[in-house]
Amino acid sequence: MELERHEYDVVVVGAGGAGLRAAIEAHENGARTAVVCKSLLGKAHTVMAEGGIAAAMANLYPEDNWRVHFRDTMRGGKMLNHWRMAQLHAQEAPDRVRELEDWGALFDRTADGLISQRDFGGHRYARLAHVGDRTGLELIRTLQQRTVALGIDVYMECTVTRLLTDDDGVTGAFGYWRESGRFVAWQAPSVVLATGGIGKSYKVTSNSWEYTGDGHSLALQAGATLVNMEFVQFHPTGMVWPPSVRGILVTESVRGDGGVLKNSAGNRFMFDYIPDFFRKETAETEDEADRWYDDKKNNRRPPELLPRDEVARAINSEVKAGRGTPHGGVFLDIASRRSAEYIRKRLPSMYHQFKELAEVDITAEAMEVGPTCHYVMGGVEVDPDTEAARVPGLFAAGEVAGGMHGSNRLGGNSLSDLLVFGRRAGLAAAEHALKRIDRIALPDEALADAARAALAPFDREGGENPYAVQHDLQQTMHDLVGIIRTAPEMEQALERIAALKERVANLSVEGHRQYNPGWHLALDLPHMLVVSECIARAALERQESRGGHTRDDFPATDAEWARTNLVCSRAPDGSVALTRQPLPQMPGELAEIFEEVS
Amino acid sequence: MTTTAPRGTGAVTPGRGDGGPAPRRAAIRARHLRTDRWWLQPLITVVVLLSFVVYSSFRAFQNAYYFAEPYISPFYSPCITTGCEGDTFPEFFTGPSFISPAIYILVIPLGLRATCYYYRKAYYRSFWLSPPACAVGEPHKRYTGESRPPLLIQNLHRYALYGALLFNVILTYDAILGFRDETGEWGHMGVGTLVLLANAALLWLYSLSCHSCRHIVGGRLNHFSKHPLRYKAWTQVSKLNASHAKFAWLSLFSVAIADAYVFLLATGTITDFRFF
Amino acid sequence: MTYAASFRVWRGDVTGGDLQDFTVDVNEGEVVLDVIHRLQATQAGDLAVRWNCKAGKCGSCSAEINGRPRLMCMTRMSTFGEGDTVTVTPLRTFPVIRDLVTDVSYNYDKAAQIPAFNPRPREADGSHRMQQVDVERSQEFRKCIECFLCQDTCHVIRDHEGNKGAFAGPRYLIRLAELDMHPLDVTDRRDAAQDDFGLGYCNITKCCSEVCPEGIHLTDNGIIPLKERVVDRRFDPLTWLGSKIGRRPKD
Repeated sequence: MELERHEYDVVVVGAGGAGLRAAIEAHENGARTAVVCKSLLGKAHTVMAEGGIAAAMANLYPEDNWRVHFRDTMRGGKMLNHWRMAQLHAQEAPDRVRELEDWGALFDRTADGLISQRDFGGHRYARLAHVGDRTGLELIRTLQQRTVALGIDVYMECTVTRLLTDDDGVTGAFGYWRESGRFVAWQAPSVVLATGGIGKSYKVTSNSWEYTGDGHSLALQAGATLVNMEFVQFHPTGMVWPPSVRGILVTESVRGDGGVLKNSAGNRFMFDYIPDFFRKETAETEDEADRWYDDKKNNRRPPELLPRDEVARAINSEVKAGRGTPHGGVFLDIASRRSAEYIRKRLPSMYHQFKELAEVDITAEAMEVGPTCHYVMGGVEVDPDTEAARVPGLFAAGEVAGGMHGSNRLGGNSLSDLLVFGRRAGLAAAEHALKRIDRIALPDEALADAARAALAPFDREGGENPYAVQHDLQQTMHDLVGIIRTAPEMEQALERIAALKERVANLSVEGHRQYNPGWHLALDLPHMLVVSECIARAALERQESRGGHTRDDFPATDAEWARTNLVCSRAPDGSVALTRQPLPQMPGELAEIFEEVS
Repeated sequence: MTTTAPRGTGAVTPGRGDGGPAPRRAAIRARHLRTDRWWLQPLITVVVLLSFVVYSSFRAFQNAYYFAEPYISPFYSPCITTGCEGDTFPEFFTGPSFISPAIYILVIPLGLRATCYYYRKAYYRSFWLSPPACAVGEPHKRYTGESRPPLLIQNLHRYALYGALLFNVILTYDAILGFRDETGEWGHMGVGTLVLLANAALLWLYSLSCHSCRHIVGGRLNHFSKHPLRYKAWTQVSKLNASHAKFAWLSLFSVAIADAYVFLLATGTITDFRFF
Repeated sequence: MTYAASFRVWRGDVTGGDLQDFTVDVNEGEVVLDVIHRLQATQAGDLAVRWNCKAGKCGSCSAEINGRPRLMCMTRMSTFGEGDTVTVTPLRTFPVIRDLVTDVSYNYDKAAQIPAFNPRPREADGSHRMQQVDVERSQEFRKCIECFLCQDTCHVIRDHEGNKGAFAGPRYLIRLAELDMHPLDVTDRRDAAQDDFGLGYCNITKCCSEVCPEGIHLTDNGIIPLKERVVDRRFDPLTWLGSKIGRRPKD
């Protein structure tokens, strides 16, 4: 078998914010480090992040500090977050942002010359360090340039299909070059998964093709566990028209900068959807909400800036009640509230996106928006301080890791999550590698087996086309495990997923191994299916509504479920096993925070 | 230092300066696949610039009909030899009579336009076909651009600008002299005065919007906030700079029109309409 | 709403290839990338194409459409007549891998050669203070999504493979400009810009600015200012003299 082999201390899978940050940290701690990514360097989904990086730097509001950020994060996640992750995240995010400046990032500035911060849903104070509405691009480019400056090896357009393990933990990874289809194996005692999310299992999504859940699935196969998989965030504002751009993200900054949501009758309907949980901190009248933008001390936040799950559900209800726009969304209006110049300055890429793709001038007319699958809160269950999964040598950071965001992620907390936990994962991976470096090997049988599995779709003839299976999976998840869920629908979804698994086992692909997207998709589909199954199983099990999980048949939150996490693992027969696990107990001094700040 | 691990492809193959089809590129024989009229723009540029060159050469060598009291053609100003018609500028020396006084001063406006960042684009594309239009193959086998002599001289653009700014002062002075009548009395204005004024104004706009000017007034600074006045100047020049190409063409036309107007007056073909 | 469009797509690899004709459905509001995906899903499962975000933010789906370098995801089908044939070819300037996918490692090699960002120390309170007006110029260049369309259209390397060694291309000239204008950076890259990255090869014909999907003014705001900065250092006796007698502090 033709196989390229490499040896490293740390292999990072994924080159988004978390992966690159992990690689930089591992390298700086003396580990021989490689990054493996499915796309070209700098194209990772992180570039799509628009709003900013949440960090309690207190550049605009001296009252802000990590405790307030911690509280906002926990409340946004409906208290299901791992408290320790939320704590580390809130404490370390400001330093992670500042060090980006040492690597060349150029954030927008305050009048004092400090990093400017903007308002976002669920955050008590203006907290998001940003560059216009292209913060993700700035983040990825800064980390990319740092990675290049450090001379870290990057395997671009290279897909990992399998993690290799022995009895003591991780020994490496196996994959193929997309360009040539040739196989490659990395021997490494530490592997950091930073593969992002799962959005491509859904029909309407803001995620790119890379988001096939490979990291989730690889971890599961290697013996790790997934937590909180039932929680999928539907971003309230995706484009809805024209159909080909349906799902593309419309940044929350539109609302942070003054945009409001209206139904077809022209009403600001969000005032009708303020949940009791947030009533104390949300404006009751339009006047108060409008005053808040300039005077945050004496006014409460507009309901448009409630956490994403609340807003997405509200939009969904309005559309269902027949008060939607002609194309099945609601109106997001900033044109009538801010000057054209302000809009173009603060939201340049939104302006551009609507102008180019929908022929809508957002400085003159309202946008049509609706919910779009955006983020999975669930992911690999990790130790909060080291991001170590249950398999020794396996680490996970960023969207692929679970626990940090509980049942719902606040906007802006994703980019800070990547930096804080990317760094911690890289550090821990380097330390682990130095302990285990001489004691691993990659057995030939395991490599040959991985290669056989990868080539299987070429061996079958007359089988089904992978695109058709992907389409059916996306439709299934969209229809049956979407934003509002019921038991019968999810049972049906599980049946369909079982049928799809059989179809995937019989796929065949045309052409040869060189840059063959049909083959690549055929290899991604099993990942998408197993992750979809995890989501559906966990969602069926959790008989309550909370955050990114809304059950029509169990519309209320439930105190018992508030103390329970659902954990997915791989059963001996290869199926997905689900167990209940008590939520980690928050120490008293952190619990006090919820009393002291209101 | 590696950023992409060894992959057996993607290395640059330097030193194949033959202009022929490069190794490993997609085998597309057509020189371009554009379906629009990409040749129109370079064609217009060639026609207009050539017409100007022919006209201005004819006029510069003609050595006549460039002065019609109180107006002087911009081709001949500043007129610095004893052979000059009219009395608009100190006469420095006496040259051979077969050399037109326009020739001595040609180097400044010609130098400015020849090294101008906008005209460089225009003539490299339309005359040198390098490239004739975006994504349309150029015919040359070798290309080194402005990396070596003689084109290295383009880097002296700012000196041409300094000279041109001086000439702008002189041409403005000429335009102001247009407020005197044939006898030298102030209080006159004719169409010619307006023509010269408009020409001077456009020349100012053209030179001040220049990229070198933008650099000199503030572009070279890295901390605008420490130099508020220069930042303000840079902001203004930057606004003008956005229209540099437009000013380049308008001022070219205005120079030719101003000259033609003086020519027509001097030959007696027309008479100047006087406002007062 | 739906109509059958004629497409010609270059298919092949390094050993050769040609334009193949397809007839494919087009719906309202679609972009070229949608149509290419439809071809993949229905007629040519192994048609190679690179893409990621499909929203003009990542710069992956660069190709040449009717001979013009463009992002496929930002080229609306409504810009063509229903009877027009749309020709899609890979970027010409780079080696082809397969179909519409090219080997863009030239760009990554050049990126790695640029002297890295080198900041002045932080201030006493641990922050870097910069005014908005000081960061705005470099911010414009940091909008770059690295689609490499400017590199593709630049005739210096498009028509002269041999120049690739000496010339870094517009993307990296504006990267140099970005670093040179960066308020924190203390490295002088002007000599390197001229000697190592081939700034002099650029004859400012502005095709890079024409194709930039981000609307970055590469030539006017990046390359020309960089040329002027190089002139300060290399070709202008007055500024040279000024720097020698200390009249021109590095600002």
